[in-house]
Amino acid sequence: MDQLLSSKALSPKALSAVPFMRADGVTNLSRRSFLGFGTSALVLGALVPGLPRIARAAEATAIKPGTRVPAFLVIGKDNTVTLLSPFVEGGQGISTGMAQIVGEELDVNPSRFTVECAPPGPDYAVINGLRMTGGSFSTRSSYPLMRKLGATARDMMIRTAAKRLKVKPESLTTEDGHVVHAASGKKLAYGDLAAEALTLKPNESVALRDPATFRYIKQPVARLDVRAKSTGKAVYAIDQKLDGMLYAAVQHAPNLGTTVESVANESAVAAMPGVHSVHRLPGAVAVAADSWWRARKAVEALQVGWSKPKATGFDTVAADYSSQGILAALKSSTASGASAESEGDTAAAFATADKVVEAEYDAPYLAHGQLEPPSSMARFNADGTLELWVPNQMPELFQSVAAQASGLPPEKVILHTPILGGFFGRHFLYGSSNPFLQAIQLAKATKRPVKVLWSREEEFRMDAVRPLSFSRFKAALDKDGRPTAIQVRTVGEGPIGRWFGSVFPGPVDASAVEGITEKPYAIPNRSMEYVKVAHPVTIAFWRSVGHSMNDFFYEGFLDEIAVAGGRDPFELRMELLKDKPRHQKLLQTVAAMSGGWKRGPYEADGGKRARGVSMASPFGSETATIAEVSIEGGETRVHNVWVAFDPGSIVNPAIVKSQVESAVALGLSATLFEELVYKDGVRQSHNFDEYPILTRRSMPAVHVEIVESGAPMGGVGEPGLPGVPPAVVNAVAALTGQRIRSLPLAKAKIDV
Amino acid sequence: MTTIHVNGRAYEVAVEADTPLLWVLRDTLGLTGTKYGCGIAQCGACTVMIDGTATRSCQVPVDSVGAADIRTIDAIEEDPVGRKVVEAWVATQVPQCGYCQSGQVMAATALLKSNPKPTDGDIADAMTNLCRCGTYNRVASAIRQAAG
Repeated sequence: MDQLLSSKALSPKALSAVPFMRADGVTNLSRRSFLGFGTSALVLGALVPGLPRIARAAEATAIKPGTRVPAFLVIGKDNTVTLLSPFVEGGQGISTGMAQIVGEELDVNPSRFTVECAPPGPDYAVINGLRMTGGSFSTRSSYPLMRKLGATARDMMIRTAAKRLKVKPESLTTEDGHVVHAASGKKLAYGDLAAEALTLKPNESVALRDPATFRYIKQPVARLDVRAKSTGKAVYAIDQKLDGMLYAAVQHAPNLGTTVESVANESAVAAMPGVHSVHRLPGAVAVAADSWWRARKAVEALQVGWSKPKATGFDTVAADYSSQGILAALKSSTASGASAESEGDTAAAFATADKVVEAEYDAPYLAHGQLEPPSSMARFNADGTLELWVPNQMPELFQSVAAQASGLPPEKVILHTPILGGFFGRHFLYGSSNPFLQAIQLAKATKRPVKVLWSREEEFRMDAVRPLSFSRFKAALDKDGRPTAIQVRTVGEGPIGRWFGSVFPGPVDASAVEGITEKPYAIPNRSMEYVKVAHPVTIAFWRSVGHSMNDFFYEGFLDEIAVAGGRDPFELRMELLKDKPRHQKLLQTVAAMSGGWKRGPYEADGGKRARGVSMASPFGSETATIAEVSIEGGETRVHNVWVAFDPGSIVNPAIVKSQVESAVALGLSATLFEELVYKDGVRQSHNFDEYPILTRRSMPAVHVEIVESGAPMGGVGEPGLPGVPPAVVNAVAALTGQRIRSLPLAKAKIDV
Repeated sequence: MTTIHVNGRAYEVAVEADTPLLWVLRDTLGLTGTKYGCGIAQCGACTVMIDGTATRSCQVPVDSVGAADIRTIDAIEEDPVGRKVVEAWVATQVPQCGYCQSGQVMAATALLKSNPKPTDGDIADAMTNLCRCGTYNRVASAIRQAAG
């Protein structure tokens, strides 16, 4: 890949034709088309046209990611360890997990680690040559590499101690941050050895610890950040401050894509208390002031004349654009699709079917709703560098785009990645949906450091959304109610196609069809097609991406198949999985966790309840989910959710359980309440009062059991989510006979 | 000039009278433990205690607090109940992203100060702060643990 990049003959167009998939990738990673490419420089080149690719590629070539110990470890005289992590901590517990993995092999208790997100640099491109925090890739992609890094560093400590003590390295052992010479009883702290040890050339092959002797990996090690986060001491992007800094607030165009034409009262606003200056930005106006509240009041007082959006059409978010309109367009599309999955002969199966079942499913646009509103801080330094503090999931990409925007070479852009107050996919680069370019522009204009913070209302206006989605299903059943064929037509757009389209130019967008394709069930004839219909709005990755709606569609429809064929949904799944022991075991596990499978309805606590079951195979992991619901006053109440979760193998069982619990909460929130509606070209929700999310009152008891099948390590952060919407909807159907095919449940009238 | 009393200290602040207490705490006093989430008292990330009552500071104009005793997360461990809550939060491993937790801890502390043995219903009524990571069940069990 690097050689390809260094050839000046290659145009971006030619680059996009390079076959990026690597046959030798990590099994789980190459399974999804997202991960198979070679170097971050290449990806960045594809994402950012005009980037000086050659220099970046040359730099990347020289360094093998994850191997240079000093790029990752700083060991203090006091024997504390600072780990510069390739990943950003945003609640998923990755900092603690990394400390466990490195600490295990380095032989330092993870509790003495400080973990920070590393600056941009080729050392950290540890996901098959790419760096990002997302796709539930962090642990599974870097686990072997980070173990080896820890072991390599430990070996350097031992060799340095051997030299100092004038003994053979083989006569030395380690013990929690110390090298020990048992024969003499001498003990040297890593902190005393580090300065010399980290200059050694790393040994190519070092022994890894026998997993049977693990002390930290697989243990429920306490999170490193919990006390700081319980006492207000954790510092997020929004909390940062620089000397001489101005605070900036922004008012964006009501219709995305329109621009400032006039500002009626600019001088009056400029005279408001604390106001430093008024600015016109692309699609926005901004005020810089000596406090954010003053900046906000001033920017909201600006009387801005905006250009008119186009009246209609899909080129822009037109004046008549609506969720209803795009859904109708997706439904009525007659374009022929590209094959996303094809097996057997569906036409023949339908011709001989005893029964045919058909249904249409859809899911709305969703906001991320992470509680920390986006902010960014920028400062041009006297030495000619630009320093940035930006919430982000892909440091090198943000650095490159910042370099382009400021006319600086990337190495002159210093990027800090603070911990994230939630992300769920929010902090990838989504065009105008990130505030950092505004911060750069304002810092340049004011010649002062600037922090831009978006109000919650501006965030609801600018957040990149989970795409509204639609699929049409059709199944053939034999006389025993067994599905012999399934046919699915998915129409819409996914975030991989939108944001990584030049890297993956194929006709099928994996992020649009995942959860409909690659299901484990033995349905012999399958035909899944995908039709791309681009949305004019900014779309995004959202926790579990395509799985967030597609497993709801598929698993809901599978229950419809069961009902049509007179079969129990659980038993039918067991039968369709008869050759899949891993999946059968998960189904049996979740049934046992819930006291044995019963669909209901049944009486409990003076009311009627029922249960629904679902399965999902997201991000290299497997889940089986059961939800128990009742209907109270027309509203769905979820009492219990049981999840059997098989990510192959794990690092921290407590964090894994927390992540599944968290994914269940977000999945339930989307099932019950969430939709970001477009009408007349604008979003109808402006804050949490108009975009209800799950509250404590609607939180069910969540029961999680981890099954370590020993399969290749899968993802953890996202996979708990996709099973929840179908389990809940299937339970509602079991209770009421009413089949919900369009989320959220809040908009449906449900009667017992 | 307005004088406010925060964490046992008096501060003179030169801001407009209608400035929300939240922004005085964060930008004027540099007490950034208290978070901005929604600005309309929906999410509770900005919860502080005013004379012992959990209050969403984004909706409190600074000139309305007078001589009231304002306590923020930054000084939570100076309060014996607050310290117990923090210990329970750590033992239960409540936070994930952590952004809402300043507000959750303040709301929990205010609850336990006025009601040392809350029922599950009391907890549900008092703890209405939003958490996008869905730590609600752990929040409740930490409160039960802190109540002993």
